[in-house]
Amino acid sequence: MAAVTSTPVDLSAAFVMAPTVLGDWLVILPPALMITAGALLMMVRHRMHLHVRIAIPALLLLVLVDAALLFKVATQGPVTMMMGRWLPPFGIAFTVDLFGALMNLVAGTVAFAAGIAALKDINDSGRRYGFFPFLMLLMAGVSGAFLTGDIFNLYVWFEVLLISSFGLLILGSEREQIDGAMKYAVLNLIGTTLFLISVGYLYAIFGTLNMADIALKAREIEGAPLMTLSALFILAFSMKAAAFPVNFWLPASYHTPRITVSALFGGLLTKVGIYALMRVMVMLFPLQREELSLVIGLLAALTLIIAALGMLAQDDMRRMAGYAVIVGIGNMLAGIAVGTVAGISGALLYALHSILAMTALYLVIGRAAALTGTFSLTAAGGIYRVAPGFAFASLALFLAVAGLPPFSGLWPKIMLVKASLDIGAWWLAGTILLSGFLTTVALGRIFLLAYWRPQTKAEGRGEAGETLAQDRQTLWPLYGLIAIITLFGLLPEGPLGLSQLAAEGLLQPVSYIQSVFPAGGAQ
Amino acid sequence: MNTLIFRTVAPFLTALMILFSVFVLLRGHNEPGGGFIGGLIAASAFAIYGIAYGVAAVRRAIIVHPMSIAGAGLLLAVVSGLVSVFAGVPFMTGLWIYPSLFGVEVPLATVMSFDVGVYLVVVGAITSIALALEEREED
Repeated sequence: MAAVTSTPVDLSAAFVMAPTVLGDWLVILPPALMITAGALLMMVRHRMHLHVRIAIPALLLLVLVDAALLFKVATQGPVTMMMGRWLPPFGIAFTVDLFGALMNLVAGTVAFAAGIAALKDINDSGRRYGFFPFLMLLMAGVSGAFLTGDIFNLYVWFEVLLISSFGLLILGSEREQIDGAMKYAVLNLIGTTLFLISVGYLYAIFGTLNMADIALKAREIEGAPLMTLSALFILAFSMKAAAFPVNFWLPASYHTPRITVSALFGGLLTKVGIYALMRVMVMLFPLQREELSLVIGLLAALTLIIAALGMLAQDDMRRMAGYAVIVGIGNMLAGIAVGTVAGISGALLYALHSILAMTALYLVIGRAAALTGTFSLTAAGGIYRVAPGFAFASLALFLAVAGLPPFSGLWPKIMLVKASLDIGAWWLAGTILLSGFLTTVALGRIFLLAYWRPQTKAEGRGEAGETLAQDRQTLWPLYGLIAIITLFGLLPEGPLGLSQLAAEGLLQPVSYIQSVFPAGGAQ
Repeated sequence: MNTLIFRTVAPFLTALMILFSVFVLLRGHNEPGGGFIGGLIAASAFAIYGIAYGVAAVRRAIIVHPMSIAGAGLLLAVVSGLVSVFAGVPFMTGLWIYPSLFGVEVPLATVMSFDVGVYLVVVGAITSIALALEEREED
């Protein structure tokens, strides 16, 4: 580097001088891998037989890389890589702690399952529109958002995943899809713009965008309008996460795309909003979260009740699943409102459960509709007789979503109820339980009408259903997800312990800050 | 836009603009310019050609699909970041080589290949949009 300049330059004033070990590359590899695969797929867009051969191995590799990253973070603590070697807080940091790594692994797993499910569900026309390239770029955005340590960079990854999600939403360009996509696009663009405005405001206050640096400065700064800033962030991320009262875009759009796309969206997108909310409000502005906890708690309670009622009122199974996603968001918000280690780890655990369960729920509903020929509860029926094995798997999933034992929904719910009772918020605990009860009733309705009730009409459907029931190969991503949910429910110690550690790391980000500033602080 | 004047000038204008876009791209390393603005100039060159001779002529002229150009650019940009794994420095660190061409030292950097990647992404994406819009108009 000194070949052209004759004067010696002190590189250590601007650059990270410590050599990068190979293991640190795991931090950047998930988004880099997904962008590479997406770029390759764009180049061979018209040779569709190549799409599957590139996309599925890339997704498998993503899961392996995510797992290796989680292992590294769990054993060594937070890992940081500075892009382009520039010193923090000026360079863009990728900092991964346990919280980000856990979300990242579960998101990668779900994407892999959705990729397998897409082999049958997305036909040639969907592939010609670019399902697999969009899926890769969506995952680049999602994993980038989970791994970055820079708040403006977080905004950029939000944009990446938002643009890919527009593409996935209108796969096929049907009238109904354009209608749904319009509402989705407008509301999400407003949310993203609010996020950008908040980031600009934050930069004006702190003069830094590095999250570790903000976390350090927010605890010392005085007289700054941090309450306004926090309220803006909460509004922006609530829009992304579909919390009441800014949630109406979700039920209006999530039932329109292909079922695999709905499954991906229901599993991933709203959880990225929750992730960002937790990262900003719990790690960066804990004092302001404390002040606003009543507001967040009320939002959580309203989201829980209204979404559960919405679920009861629907006839279309896909719309019910949309409301089920929102019920989950209410639970996570309740955990954030409580704000203790138990509350935060409950919210995190619920987010992990919800990513898996919501994807599986959409896939189950897609399968049920394929068996009965309709998404409408008034017309569907007779699945239990045609496909008893699938009916049992669905029942397991419904119990998990409703939060009943012995599946994964139980543990986070117990933690959330206990955490709310511990701080005396009995009303919040009551709302969580009431909403869980209403969800159980709504899901019970699906099981009763679509599964137990004998076939009502359309004799021809039954035969088509029976041939479909023989086709087991398409079911294994679904069964895989349900197996993970069951395991998670039966052996909760591992995820519980990890989420506890992650919540402690989020509330006391000492090791996070140390990983960015090894010398112990910017000043 | 089927006037004789426009149809006569369009090929020369397109060629000049593409040449200029490469100049702007290379200039961008140390002075105003760069991959993004260069790519926009090249995309407008294709748009002018398309207005004069129709979308099919542009598609024939650039041989590959514009989306493939964008994909290649994205790939080049990521690979420019990934080569730093061999130098033991973090992702996206600028690396330089100084090969000698006919006795002249030519500094080449991953910074530049990244910018070329940006150029290709912009050319591919904007051309793809422009061609799609012009095509719809003809129906």
